[in-house]
Amino acid sequence: MIERQRHILDFTLSSLMRRKGKNGALLLVYTLVVFVLASVLFLTHALQREAALVLKDAPEIVVQRTLAGRYHPVPITWLSAIEEVNGVISARPRLWGYHYDPLLRANYTLSVPAENPPEPGTVDIGAGISRTRGAHPGDIIAFAGHDGKPRSFAVREVLAEESQLLTSDLILLCEKDYRDFSGIPGDLATDLALRVRNPKEFGTIAEKITRIYPDSRPILRSEILRTYDAVFGWRSGLLIVIFSAAALAFAIFAWDKATGLSAEERREIGILKAIGWETSDVMLMKFWEGTVISLTAFLLGVILAYAHVFFASFSLFSPVLKGWSTLYPAFRLTPYLDFGQISTLFFLTVVPYTVTTIVPSWRAAVIDPDQVMR
Amino acid sequence: MSTLRRSTVYLGMVGALFLICAGLLLHASSAVRNARATLARKGALVRRLSLTDLCLFTEANYTRHLSMADLSTPFQDAPVSLEHFPTGALVEPPTHLSRKTRD
Repeated sequence: MIERQRHILDFTLSSLMRRKGKNGALLLVYTLVVFVLASVLFLTHALQREAALVLKDAPEIVVQRTLAGRYHPVPITWLSAIEEVNGVISARPRLWGYHYDPLLRANYTLSVPAENPPEPGTVDIGAGISRTRGAHPGDIIAFAGHDGKPRSFAVREVLAEESQLLTSDLILLCEKDYRDFSGIPGDLATDLALRVRNPKEFGTIAEKITRIYPDSRPILRSEILRTYDAVFGWRSGLLIVIFSAAALAFAIFAWDKATGLSAEERREIGILKAIGWETSDVMLMKFWEGTVISLTAFLLGVILAYAHVFFASFSLFSPVLKGWSTLYPAFRLTPYLDFGQISTLFFLTVVPYTVTTIVPSWRAAVIDPDQVMR
Repeated sequence: MSTLRRSTVYLGMVGALFLICAGLLLHASSAVRNARATLARKGALVRRLSLTDLCLFTEANYTRHLSMADLSTPFQDAPVSLEHFPTGALVEPPTHLSRKTRD
């Protein structure tokens, strides 16, 4: 039984080798499609998992204020009423904002940490800023403040390289320096961060805050986590474009196979039938032909995609992910794999191709060999 | 001297590819195990700095802080202006903006 299968496989491989150019090109394109799809799946799943694991420590509720549909700093006086809401353990003002550096055309995020802020006149900077500005601990860096006058700061430390996915563009400074730099008055904060013990109360507390301050906009931690879960969902721009291209490529493969065999392939089937091959033998040969191409392309595509995403830091996708940013975190993703996605990829790539190879062959194999050879 | 059968060469190659896949699975599981300590340090940093977002795209404020953005931010530059930052096209808007009620 096994020997029969091996003989048919030998014959199939010889038949594929006779059309080296065509089948080689098919294998190459097929591998490329699987590689792109698998790279996107690996990348988005690893990012989703990383976000879920690190952002589970984000503030339970962030309270923003909107004015005419836009953000507006929150009065610090809101704190006393919000702290009175049942279930709120603590509330603190957050001070953060952006700064555009025209020299490097880069956007920085300025933030005041709750614990261990830098001394006045000093800053902690992210590894991305350190790299692009060539700034290291002890160096002086200067930025123009809200009034256009430059402020200079000594770099206290560079935030850990391993945290670049969170802190690459961060500049941490003390409250006094931040207010002086940004011009935000002492009675206002960017937003409020709340600690709440019971996750079941998040929604109720958010509703109570909205009732007290109708212009507030509470954002729950579950919503932050869901954002990162959905942000690279299948409907997002990145995936829909790639999936559409892949679907089109597979449609062309399937169309090519389903519309029939070449005259040469039909003649081959005719000769095989004439020398005594059964229809089932021809079908088996075509099954092996589909499997050889699709399984090889699948395995090669998945291996190359893994190496691309987790060893080469998805370098081929970098231009897309960077957009127009000049400051970009350099990071390696942890290879979280989703076996459900890999098996879906297998069933969407290997199975349809194998099936579309068999159907036209079956149509050719049941015709009288004499008619096929003519 | 007898030459190798084509099927032997092919099955050997497929076997080698499966072995590489198994090696990559082992690599993934060991990397996930080794990443636990780093993740704990990152979690502590998120708590200390009250961070809400990943620093993935720094070109626009609504893609830098995806979860803090609102629907009007990408179109704020001018009336009827179209969203023009490339990374804005890569991601979906936060799901909570399109929902009417909270869980």
